[in-house]
Amino acid sequence: MKLTLKIWRQKNADAKGKFVTYDFDGASPDMSFLEMLDAMNTKLIKARIDPVAFDHDCREGICGACGMYINGHPHGPGKAITTCHLSMREFKDGDTIYVEPWRAKAFPVVKDLIVDRTAFDKIQIAGGFISTNVGSAPDSHAIPVEKRKADEAFDSAVCIGCGACVAACKNASAMLFVSAKISQLALLPQGRIEATERVQAMVNKMDELGFGNCSNTGACEAECPKEISLVNIARLNREFYFAKIQ
Amino acid sequence: MDKFLGSSVTKKFVMAIAGLFIILFLLVHLGINFLLLIEDPVPFNSAAHFMASNVVVKVFEVVLMAGFLIHMIWGVVLQIQNWVARPKRYKRTSSSQTSFFSKYMIYLGIIIGVFLFIHFMNFYFVKLGWVEGDHENFYRMANDLFQLPLYIVIYLVSFLFLAFHLHHAFQSAFQTLGLNHNKYTPVIKGIGLIYSIVVPLGFSIIPIVIYFFK
Ligand code: SF4
Ligand code: FES
Repeated sequence: MKLTLKIWRQKNADAKGKFVTYDFDGASPDMSFLEMLDAMNTKLIKARIDPVAFDHDCREGICGACGMYINGHPHGPGKAITTCHLSMREFKDGDTIYVEPWRAKAFPVVKDLIVDRTAFDKIQIAGGFISTNVGSAPDSHAIPVEKRKADEAFDSAVCIGCGACVAACKNASAMLFVSAKISQLALLPQGRIEATERVQAMVNKMDELGFGNCSNTGACEAECPKEISLVNIARLNREFYFAKIQ
Repeated sequence: MDKFLGSSVTKKFVMAIAGLFIILFLLVHLGINFLLLIEDPVPFNSAAHFMASNVVVKVFEVVLMAGFLIHMIWGVVLQIQNWVARPKRYKRTSSSQTSFFSKYMIYLGIIIGVFLFIHFMNFYFVKLGWVEGDHENFYRMANDLFQLPLYIVIYLVSFLFLAFHLHHAFQSAFQTLGLNHNKYTPVIKGIGLIYSIVVPLGFSIIPIVIYFFK
């Protein structure tokens, strides 16, 4: 496959950064998008050019590291996949592909396509956990949980913290991520105990870190690799109002 | 500043409540406007008079005006924060499956705001005595305005944009209030769609009928 790649290059957080065009003909349709970048980087290294820096870890769609904005979509075209699961079959020979880092004030660029997602950790640290001791696995099984609730909590818990929701949102809002982290605990009895403090602390932290406001546009839901639903955001809103009047 | 305005979720709550109040009021307003189509000016003028003098209505009027102001100010504040949250834009964008008009709410809102100002200059401020005019005969004033083609065009365009605004606004307000339900949300979306078409259409028919048939 012959490709024209227009990739955002930025030396470090303070550098200005610009798009650099690479004509690359070493891709095959069998590669994943990351493998294609690896192949291109090998070529760059051989030519003594600084390779393109990008985040990745598991390469099986579960760690959330491989965030990049490809041809106008977080994680590229295709529904419910991460960049590591994006196949080069999605592209045609001769295609021009734009690759950009996540763009948000709260996610500053570290280098090239790598952004600093510490903001998500800070939100989690503000309250995305439980501090009660639920014992070992058999003990926690002793607490009855309605099947429907358990399923819903699981659906929220599959969020991998990739940040595609922020990247997709026209307001760079983190509401889908935060709502998933709120929901996975709010739906379970173990999480209810600290629910009121949790939702307020996490929303305040989210605001403080400079994420935008949710406008119920739904781009996050459409682009989320784990198909986290807007229902979570409505739940966050409810949790927040009830916390305020308590 | 944020201490005063509250968190992002609080601001949106206020936006939604104010918006829903305006949505309710539009129905009342539309009902009264239909009286313009009757040959007799009395029913419309007495309805207008009732709206201007009744104590209960007066209370609602204050709430409504506060609603308009808050909805506009918060809308602008939220939008500015949203622009600030993405200082550097993407070079290559494409659209994903979204609530289409939500992307243009601020622009639609500004156009509707301009129309609202013209409308207030013509009627509401006259009633308050801030602008000169015969506030006892709004029937005549409305019918006169609807003889001006330029005014009718501005009016129709404004209501088209209102329809777009409402299309996103209605269901969005419920989502913001936390009311999202597998069974009922499609119903709410349906009602929102019908409302956003029928109400602006109702308002739009009136000047057309007056211009061509009266
Ligand atoms: S909600 Fe979806 S898009 Fe957002 S961080 Fe979680 S997995 Fe990624
Ligand atoms: S590298 Fe882990 S999700 Fe893609």
